[in-house]
Amino acid sequence: MATPTIESPRSGRVAPGYSRTQGSRGNFEMIAWLFMRISGAILVVLIFVHLYVNLVAGDGISGIDFGFVAGKWASPVWQIWDLTMLWLAMLHGTNGIRVIINDYAEKNSTRMWLKGVLYTSTVVIVVLGTLVIFTFDPCPVVNGVAHVADYCPAP
Amino acid sequence: MPKTLTKSLTPAGTLYRGREGQWSWVAHRITGVVIFFFLLVHVLDTSLVRVSPEAYDAVIASYKNPIMGLGELGLVAAIVFHAFNGIRVILVDFWKKGPKYHRQMLWSVVGLWAVVMIAFSIRHLSHVFGG
Repeated sequence: MATPTIESPRSGRVAPGYSRTQGSRGNFEMIAWLFMRISGAILVVLIFVHLYVNLVAGDGISGIDFGFVAGKWASPVWQIWDLTMLWLAMLHGTNGIRVIINDYAEKNSTRMWLKGVLYTSTVVIVVLGTLVIFTFDPCPVVNGVAHVADYCPAP
Repeated sequence: MPKTLTKSLTPAGTLYRGREGQWSWVAHRITGVVIFFFLLVHVLDTSLVRVSPEAYDAVIASYKNPIMGLGELGLVAAIVFHAFNGIRVILVDFWKKGPKYHRQMLWSVVGLWAVVMIAFSIRHLSHVFGG
């Protein structure tokens, strides 16, 4: 008597609606889930140091002005620090809001519009912030008037 | 339809399972949204360094008044909770015993948050109120 062939579970007999693989969105949601955890862990370090240096050390918020920013961005370490913080925080926050929109906006058109506004804001803020970090001038000349500071050359 | 019958068919609220799990999830969402909107504003205010030093200093001066000082306290409170609870979420997901101890971890988060916020409040308010 021939041994009957028994197919292994889920070998092509699963209705398409129940398939766990080959979805139209691939594994985007898994990557997004993983990104939230990895970026979150890095952001805890980046933001806690940012808050300590800007709000706790020295004069705290009383000491923040244009010269304070110029002093920090004179170092490439703080430039890279702030750039990484900007990108990771914006992507982490944008994905968080995307999930919230998907949870609460029930109409397709509402979801589409809200996410359109969200992604547009994200691109604008990330591009603007990146340009500001890399084009920053500690001694700008505004309307023909040179900025006066002890670290700037005398006009 | 009689009014009493309509009322009896209405679900009694939309509370899911309550307790530490659900409320920490709610708090994580609310603090996340608050932080995100501050982040948008914060990039815009910092961008004023490219307009002029005077424009930047003028806007930063508004962050130094007492009402904004209290707002910053609220913002830092939101960030510290979101950070500590986020670590808890990572432990629930990746640590074998995470789901078992999620309640104890939430109360650790709340305790650590309180300690950090007491220390930060003393420091920050003394800066804001010129102590």
